Amino acid sequence: MTTTPRTVPTPRRTAPSPFRPALRRPSARRPAAGRGHSVDRPRRSPTLTVLMGLILVYSLVPLAWLLINASKTQASLFDSFGLWFSGPFALWDNIVETLTYDDGVFVRWLGNTVLYVLLGAGGATALAVIGGYGLAKFAFRGKRAVFAIVIGAVAVPGTALAVPTFLMFSRMGLTNTPWSVIIPSLISPFGLYLMWTFAQEAIPTEMLEAARVDGASELRTFTRISLPLLGPGIVTVALFTMVATWNNYFLPLIMLRDPDWYPLTLGLNAWNAQAATVGGEAIFNLVITGSLLTILPLVAAFLLLQRYWQSGLAAGSVKG
Amino acid sequence: MTAAAVAPPRVTLRRRRGRSSWRGWVFVGPFMAVFGLVFLAPIAYSIYLSLFRKQLVGGNTFVGLDNYLRVFGTPGTVGDPQFWSALGRVALFLVVQVPIMLGIALIVAMAIDGGRLYGKSFFRISIFLPYAVPAVVATLMWGFMYGSRFGLVGNIERAFGVSLPDLFSPGLVLASIGNIVTWEYVGYNMLIFYSALRVIPTELYEAAEIDGAGQFRIIRSIKLPAIRGAVVVATIFSIIGSFQLFNEPSILQNLAPNAITTYFTPNLYAYSLSFSGQQYNYSATVAIVMGLITMAIAYAVQLRGMRREG
Repeated sequence: MTTTPRTVPTPRRTAPSPFRPALRRPSARRPAAGRGHSVDRPRRSPTLTVLMGLILVYSLVPLAWLLINASKTQASLFDSFGLWFSGPFALWDNIVETLTYDDGVFVRWLGNTVLYVLLGAGGATALAVIGGYGLAKFAFRGKRAVFAIVIGAVAVPGTALAVPTFLMFSRMGLTNTPWSVIIPSLISPFGLYLMWTFAQEAIPTEMLEAARVDGASELRTFTRISLPLLGPGIVTVALFTMVATWNNYFLPLIMLRDPDWYPLTLGLNAWNAQAATVGGEAIFNLVITGSLLTILPLVAAFLLLQRYWQSGLAAGSVKG
Repeated sequence: MTAAAVAPPRVTLRRRRGRSSWRGWVFVGPFMAVFGLVFLAPIAYSIYLSLFRKQLVGGNTFVGLDNYLRVFGTPGTVGDPQFWSALGRVALFLVVQVPIMLGIALIVAMAIDGGRLYGKSFFRISIFLPYAVPAVVATLMWGFMYGSRFGLVGNIERAFGVSLPDLFSPGLVLASIGNIVTWEYVGYNMLIFYSALRVIPTELYEAAEIDGAGQFRIIRSIKLPAIRGAVVVATIFSIIGSFQLFNEPSILQNLAPNAITTYFTPNLYAYSLSFSGQQYNYSATVAIVMGLITMAIAYAVQLRGMRREG
């Protein structure tokens, strides 16, 4: 990330005026005519479409496999072709069994995941939004240092932090509690960076100064003027921190011993590992159905909020 | 960096600098406080840990740089062979998987941006979707599909009466993992490239077309240079990701216990050292060395990406 300001040629992207209105109306950016080719609009190419179709198949086949196999009983899993339905249609039975197996432990894991996402990703989004806004719109002492420290920290590998964080938390008595998963999730350097670049473009400084001249407090200026303009950026950061927290595996693996506090990812892995243990019951149909249930909320969120996060990402990641 | 990234300070701001100097901290403070707790404190703590060793008698003793010597070796010795074999493995992963993944992502982004594709928004969202799938689920899915019992590999073997190479064998398991990681992140990188392509001003294409430039010429002379920043950033993220490789091998261990050792990647090694071996001090040392190597390589890529621009 350090590179961006220097590697993206400045003149090309600092024509903020044409982009500013587009930030607020994402659709304005992609006219149906295929922007940029008004002189000689390229013809659609079947060859290219077929080629891209192969990559599309690659992306979707595993998901199709998951959906199809979630509808099979454990017995027909083993004696049928993987990419077609076979045997009794057991999707509903599988879902019921997934939710009730072992006294409904899957529901408990789902609840834990939702808790970690609400507090962890929610908190991470809030911190990134106000922090990014502060960096974009205020001049203050130590700003360069903030930037350098945060960017430098991004390159530090997860384990360099995980082991000492575990030891620190265990001294503080936090391990094996929800806090040990939530607190480290609160920081998203990527989110901070995205909000920073987004706030720079989306909020005209003149508007802030006008509000200040009118005597509005900083808090009121932020909530009344800036927050509404930051909408797509907030949705983007919220979605990406949500994915990071929902999908988190390494951190809870280290922090949690008690299966009652497991998120879905750890739980599914425990179910899968169960087949390999002596005397453990193989429940591959439940692992597959549970996996399907785990990814559905995120897939739905990405599909439904497409408009917002794509424009938010476009504004932020161009520089990011 | 800040100077280029932040809008040039306006006169009004400068005049009020004295008053404004603390205001920014009201907004940035909360982030930095938590950041200090979960980023800076652990880094400091792991540096502290790496300078000590737990003795059977007498508890923790200060040993200076002894732990680092165990990694790098004293003159005449090779250091820790397990660490270096793990590092070699992720380095191989890096030079093979990252170019393939970024190459596919770049081609898809160009194709979707070029307007020559039928149904491009369907392509964009579908190819991106795997990013929303947790690494655990992605690895389990692919792991099952790789398998010869109820996976696709088994289906093909039975249907054609052939015997395919075992994707969990020591020789192939790294490629199997590379495929999973590629599947997970092609869409994400594609979206970063695509977002950068969208910002190229229309006039550039129009001018190029008037000058008679073909599609490939436009790609080479306008599009690629314009998104170099995005490419460098994606490369750096992928380098960091490769060096941190943990989830996929750790989950596949259940399916391929013989191929994936406890020191398969540096991250897995550091994890095993502390949670199976209780060697916290040495584990912290390994993690720090790995962090420094990652930062050095990311920095080198960044310098190279910048130099080419000039």
